[in-house]
Amino acid sequence: MSSEVMAIHSAGAASRPWVETLHEWVTTVDHKRLGILYILFALFFLVIGGIEAMIIRIQLMRPHSHFVSPQVFNRMFTMHGTTMIFFVAMPILFGFANYLVPLMIGARDMAFPRLNAFSFWLTALGGFLLYFSFVGGSGLYGAGTVPDVGWWAYAPLTSRAFSPGHSTDYWTIALLVSGFGSIGTSINIIATILSMRCPGMTMSRMPLLAWLNLVMSGMVLITITPLSAAQIMLCVDRYLGGHFFDTQAGGSAAIWMHFFWIFGHPEVYILIIPCFAFLSEIIPVFSRKPIFGYPVMVGATVCIAFVSLSVWAHHMYTIGMSSYSNAFFTITTMAVGVPTGIKIFNWLGTMWGGKIHFKVPMLFCIGFLFQFLIAGLTGIMLAVAPFDWQLGNSYFVVAHFHYVIVGGILFALFAAFYYWYPKITGRMLSESLGKVHFWLFVIGFHFTFDLMHIPGVLGMPRRIYTFEPGRGWDTLNLLITFGALIQCIAILVFVANLVFSYFKGPKAGNDPWDAWTLEWSVSSPPPAYNFASIPGVNSRRPLWDLKHPEDPDSRYE
Amino acid sequence: MQSTMEESSETRWGVVVGRAIGILILVAGILFAAGLCVASPHGNNPIPNIFQPHSTPAASIYRLSVFVLAITGLIFLVVFGLLVYAIVKFRNRVSQDKREPAQVYGSTQIELAWTVIPILIVVVLFLATARVIHGIQDAPKPTTAVEVTAIGHQFWWEFRYPALGIVTANELHIPVSDPAHPTPTFLKLLSADTDHSFWVPQLAGKTDLIPNRVNETWVDPQETGVFLGQCAQYCGTQHAKMLLRVSVDDPEEFNAWVQAQKQPANQDQKEIAGRWVFETTACINCHAVAGTNASGRFGPDLTHLMSRRTLASGAAENSRENLRLWIQNPDAIKPGSLMPAMKLSDADLDALVRYLETLQ
Repeated sequence: MSSEVMAIHSAGAASRPWVETLHEWVTTVDHKRLGILYILFALFFLVIGGIEAMIIRIQLMRPHSHFVSPQVFNRMFTMHGTTMIFFVAMPILFGFANYLVPLMIGARDMAFPRLNAFSFWLTALGGFLLYFSFVGGSGLYGAGTVPDVGWWAYAPLTSRAFSPGHSTDYWTIALLVSGFGSIGTSINIIATILSMRCPGMTMSRMPLLAWLNLVMSGMVLITITPLSAAQIMLCVDRYLGGHFFDTQAGGSAAIWMHFFWIFGHPEVYILIIPCFAFLSEIIPVFSRKPIFGYPVMVGATVCIAFVSLSVWAHHMYTIGMSSYSNAFFTITTMAVGVPTGIKIFNWLGTMWGGKIHFKVPMLFCIGFLFQFLIAGLTGIMLAVAPFDWQLGNSYFVVAHFHYVIVGGILFALFAAFYYWYPKITGRMLSESLGKVHFWLFVIGFHFTFDLMHIPGVLGMPRRIYTFEPGRGWDTLNLLITFGALIQCIAILVFVANLVFSYFKGPKAGNDPWDAWTLEWSVSSPPPAYNFASIPGVNSRRPLWDLKHPEDPDSRYE
Repeated sequence: MQSTMEESSETRWGVVVGRAIGILILVAGILFAAGLCVASPHGNNPIPNIFQPHSTPAASIYRLSVFVLAITGLIFLVVFGLLVYAIVKFRNRVSQDKREPAQVYGSTQIELAWTVIPILIVVVLFLATARVIHGIQDAPKPTTAVEVTAIGHQFWWEFRYPALGIVTANELHIPVSDPAHPTPTFLKLLSADTDHSFWVPQLAGKTDLIPNRVNETWVDPQETGVFLGQCAQYCGTQHAKMLLRVSVDDPEEFNAWVQAQKQPANQDQKEIAGRWVFETTACINCHAVAGTNASGRFGPDLTHLMSRRTLASGAAENSRENLRLWIQNPDAIKPGSLMPAMKLSDADLDALVRYLETLQ
């Protein structure tokens, strides 16, 4: 009897909603739904970018491999880089910012909900345009193709003489369009944080996540601009006979490098600062202590933002700048390590004297701390201009920035997934699958990227589709590919966990981690309006004050 | 009851995490060391290891990198030690009560300390670096220096010795430099098409070859031998097979090589049929042979082709079979190279290969 009732109910539920549900999701202006859309969009491209990475690794498993042609290999590393930076890392971080910022500052939505939706769809359009290149890339030339100019697309390789067809144009337009999306979202985040905070939440009482996303958004506004300008100039070169980067007509290849890297290096910090934000929320909760040195954490972030705008030419130590320029960019690059170091020490200070609970989000945070430390130190090596003349553009650099992006950013994102998944879906992710995921990923990561430093030291340049045997690179490359395979398995475990827990995970309740920020005061998932009545706060940890009325934070701030 | 179980499992995890990370570090360290040992030179091992320098710029970079490695290694040990200590010492234990730990909000003195100490380290690192930058980039050019112009092409290297009147490709010959009477080689770096980068790790760091721009680098190898490198800036489809060989010769060998290269091409009348094929097909549009009407500059100069050990910028050994294959179907050796397949008849191909083999 009851099962019959259930059947009718689910049949009724299935017949009505899918078109309507789809319509609701496509037309939504709710910050939480847009956040989820951003995250799902990014996860989709994460899988695609991962497949591209595996094609690269299989090709490099042994010398003189014929798994793919050089043309395909060059397309794969171009698409892998472009996809992972612009259509995985950026949107997934915007997704979390979108979802969390209003909830954490006690607001009912972002400041400009329609702009929010518009920005997401621009980003999505950019991603699909880039991949439409598979169909339309060569235009009238015949078979489809994708860009093969590398993710930084140095001139003059992008000129029509060296890149006929339309694949480079799809790359340009995709970045231009998604860049406008990023600018829209950043304006929105800034406006939301500056003007939508709940009563009592002064700037100095904002959760660090809000502070850091504010700084990140400011950086996006500054750095996407030169990138977009450069893309427009490239279009002018390719279609209107301009000569900005056309070296055959007296243009400058170096000016493209400057335009690209004045975007490209701050971009690394645009990606890592929101990850710092995740750590600054998660580590205190699982250490059961407030963040150590809140004002210094904010100051260090602002400091990173400013200094990182003056370091870009450390990507260009080999282009023949004067010794004074090289020395200048050496010291600015090293200087950015100081506030970054302060952050690592402050997280350590937060753990110091605490009671550390090794739940999965905390495990990923500890992985981050350890790997980001190493990534920072190899970064110091690369900041030393003469050392970079040897290591630059070698596999050492590839290992270094994957240490930052995978060992740092991706680990922080996994921490964020395990931490906020209960809030977003109402269900806990499985702890045991999470621990399998964590350990497999740690092992795979270190297998791949620790070893990857060595071929660079042995003279192996990046972006080569094959290599000569007998240079000491053979065994290492085989092992690196093996490690990449372990990472793939770990990702499968993660995806399985996401799907399985969505249906079968234990109910989360409002506040599964006994945390202290406002998003944990509402139901999981939160109602469309977020807060029935707008909350008021007296300190940085409003829920701590509620739970410990005898010893509230507001007494010390 | 359940909470106790959870607590104890957490404690166990704490220990496991600490130990496992320790083991990981150890393994990573061992692998790294093993890798470097594998890479250490045995006899004539051609591994282009940056830590086996044979020239002043590479050696001064090597000394600086050891210093940087020592400092960063020390930082790593300290911070890693603190991290592991914090994880082990402050893990949540079964025996502890359920109360929250003391809520500490920060400490100005401590935070000042971990700001000032890194600044001091940065200053030291910067001074050491600036010294090496100046020493390499602003080194004066002695009058005894050998001057070479290196021009990057998709996907090969052109080397011109303006003072000696020599043009060659892909295999650079330079004299050994005796510290008492230094004869360093100064390279002027140009590009004919896209960006490239000149990198022979054991001789010097890399310097890019950029169109519309003149760059410079120098080397002064103190040991004879062949040093390997390759293009280190993505330059198009065949970036991977834009290989580079530097032969460091003792003075007599170098002079003999220079004399041989200065000779015009062999005009052996025996292979007139092959020469006719060469001069009446598209070969001469791109290739030059001194003393004949072949004067193309798009591809490598072939005047002394047989003095080179490799073909196609190091992609294949210079043998009769490879030469035949390279002319008939370049994609078999280097797919995407700009050398077209010549589609010659077998007879023409044989004659042409015999002619090219006279270009000693």
